[in-house]
Amino acid sequence: MIPVNYYLALSAVLFGIGALGVLVRRNALVIFMSIELMLNAANVAFVAFSRQFGELDGQIMVLFVLTVAAAEVAVGLAMIVAIFRTRASINVDELNLLRG
Amino acid sequence: MFELAPLVLAFPIAGVLLNLLFGRYLNERWISIIGVAAVGGAFGVAVLQALALAGSGYHAHLALLANWIEVGQLQAPWQLRVDTLSVTMMLLVTGVGMLIHIYASGYMHGDARFARFFIYLNLFITAMLVLVGGDNYLMLFVGWEGVGLCSFLLIGFWYDAGEPSASARVGGEPQAGAGNARAGRKAFVVNRIGDFGLLLAMFMIFWRVGSLQFDAVADYFSVQGAAAGGLATVITLLLLVGVCGKSAQIPLFVWLPDAMAGPTPVSALIHAATMVTAGIYLVARSAVMFELAPVSQMVVALVGATTAFMAGTIALAQYDIKRVLAYSTISQLGFMVAAVGLGGYVAGMFHLLTHAFFKALLFLSAGSVIHGVEHGAHATHAHVDVQDMRVMGGLRSKMPVTFWVYLIGALALAGVFPLAGFWSKDEILADAWHVGMVEGHWHGVLVYVLLALAALSTALYMTRQIILVFFGAPRSEAAAHAHESAPLMTAPLVVLALLSVLGGLLNLPGWHALGTWLEHTHEFFQTGAFNALVAGISTLVALAGIGLGYRVYFLAPRTTADAADALQPALGPMFGFLRGKWFVDELYDAVIVRPFERGARSLAFALDWNFWHDGFHNSVLAAGFRMLAAFLSGPVDKTVIDRLFDALAGAVRVVGSRNLQRLQTGYVRNYALGVVLGVVAVMGYFVSRSI
Repeated sequence: MIPVNYYLALSAVLFGIGALGVLVRRNALVIFMSIELMLNAANVAFVAFSRQFGELDGQIMVLFVLTVAAAEVAVGLAMIVAIFRTRASINVDELNLLRG
Repeated sequence: MFELAPLVLAFPIAGVLLNLLFGRYLNERWISIIGVAAVGGAFGVAVLQALALAGSGYHAHLALLANWIEVGQLQAPWQLRVDTLSVTMMLLVTGVGMLIHIYASGYMHGDARFARFFIYLNLFITAMLVLVGGDNYLMLFVGWEGVGLCSFLLIGFWYDAGEPSASARVGGEPQAGAGNARAGRKAFVVNRIGDFGLLLAMFMIFWRVGSLQFDAVADYFSVQGAAAGGLATVITLLLLVGVCGKSAQIPLFVWLPDAMAGPTPVSALIHAATMVTAGIYLVARSAVMFELAPVSQMVVALVGATTAFMAGTIALAQYDIKRVLAYSTISQLGFMVAAVGLGGYVAGMFHLLTHAFFKALLFLSAGSVIHGVEHGAHATHAHVDVQDMRVMGGLRSKMPVTFWVYLIGALALAGVFPLAGFWSKDEILADAWHVGMVEGHWHGVLVYVLLALAALSTALYMTRQIILVFFGAPRSEAAAHAHESAPLMTAPLVVLALLSVLGGLLNLPGWHALGTWLEHTHEFFQTGAFNALVAGISTLVALAGIGLGYRVYFLAPRTTADAADALQPALGPMFGFLRGKWFVDELYDAVIVRPFERGARSLAFALDWNFWHDGFHNSVLAAGFRMLAAFLSGPVDKTVIDRLFDALAGAVRVVGSRNLQRLQTGYVRNYALGVVLGVVAVMGYFVSRSI
């Protein structure tokens, strides 16, 4: 059986890629995908621990995360569409109206 | 039947409340029915009480209504005292009161304040019944003040009419047409002086006796006897001050003539028959104390006799029909006060009763005359003073009923045999004779002489009045067109005339019904012996007065309204002196009223306005406040507090806009980086702690 550390390492790597993506990419869609990547990294960790401890709590949490992610995608994509309609761009560097 | 006693108060109170609440929705008929029924009910109750007394051995009965004041030693309950003295007064107040209420429903017809008049009258009856029915001095005082209040309200009933101010002394503006209101105020203020004496007497009683109940006071003084003579003298002299105020004796009599500004039924009820006799009732009620204080008795007798004489002479020279009767009332009250001062309590009470009959009769008849002349003045559009006897004359044929009852009243007042006034006045004179001639006290002789002279003037001024009003030819258009008053007014007059004729039966020599009746209240309420010599002299005096009046006024009748009085040549300057009412009003004006007003004005202007307002208030209080306010708003507020907050706000602005502003780049990345760094920092903290 593959030790749990391997899964955790995978999870950490995926999370790191996702976080980096959120910080460095400018396309809102890509940032979004990166967020999904982070969520799924968490899911991997949940499932790995569930297996490790032989309990189902982790897997139930994964289902919750998936639900939240779906809702987030629905709201987020709607916002991106709305932003694109008003500004003809989804480059987040151009969205600096809140600058003080 | 004693348990019905509280109803004697309940009836008039109900009358007050009914007319107060519903009077505005009722017409005159119902208002007067309520008013008369209230007093009539009380009269019925009083009659029942008298019967109950007669049926139970004449013992005083106490009826507790409610507890009132219970503070330490002071126990003053609302308690009615039913004894022969109080029932006599109750019968008088409600009986004569009822007749006057009936008369008033005709007299006040058409008055805009009809309901209010009956409310006041019923309120007066209530207060008077509290006065005579109370079982302690405090209840008596409540009633005493209550009747004073009603008197004030009713004198000023037509408060928007009356003489304009004689001089514009008060405050610059002449007070036009407020004479009646001023008369009411005068009565109120003068009465307050008397009430002051009564209050002090009550304090003294409570201080030494420890109770204000009549029985307790009587017991204390009967037990102490002569040892309490000094105390009794002080208390009774203070009581005398109260008596002088309420019963219009020297020196406080000046309010009563002015009180004639009220409607005539008021003059008859309050200022002749009932309220002014409260002083005599007070003396009779406090008889135990007066018996221990011969000095007070002498003072009381002399005050009464002097008042009787003085007022009798003033009445000789008055032209106002009601004013003559007012001075006559003062004079007759003097008779009563003199009587109770001489120890003749029964004589005083007897005269009180008969005087109530014939003086109420005279006042109401005078009201009828005024009513008739007013009618005549109205019909002919003549402008005359309808109370001035100089413009009357010849009313005998125009107002026959009024004439006859007036004549009966006048003869009764003059003391002509066998009318009521003869018996009662004679009893007083006999008492004075007894004290002076038999017991040999000098003041008895003096009192007798003064009272005899007063009786002479009584006969003279009543003859003068009858002749001026009813005989000769009419001296004005108004008098020529006068006519008889309505039956509603004349019916009570006839009843009162009957009482004036028969009133003497109450205490006829040899029978002494009133004397034996009152004897059950105090054992020394005794009727003096009948004295044929005194009676003869009295009759001669009365006839002399009438004859003199006949000779002076009838044989040389006044022909025009502005002719000089027939007595004027004979009296010379004395007539002016009497016409000016011994100038007592002027004396009080000069000695009391004007210095008081001057003092008040100088206090108002010099102290209050100039010193207090202009000086202290403006330059100290207002200026000081202004300085304090200027200091607080200038240096403190504008300089310190404002600058502090300006600086604080400036600092916030500098920090916020110049430095923190730069953090807000608007780039999502930057914020996300902030979140990541934060997470890293927190995790780093926990990791470092776990290691």
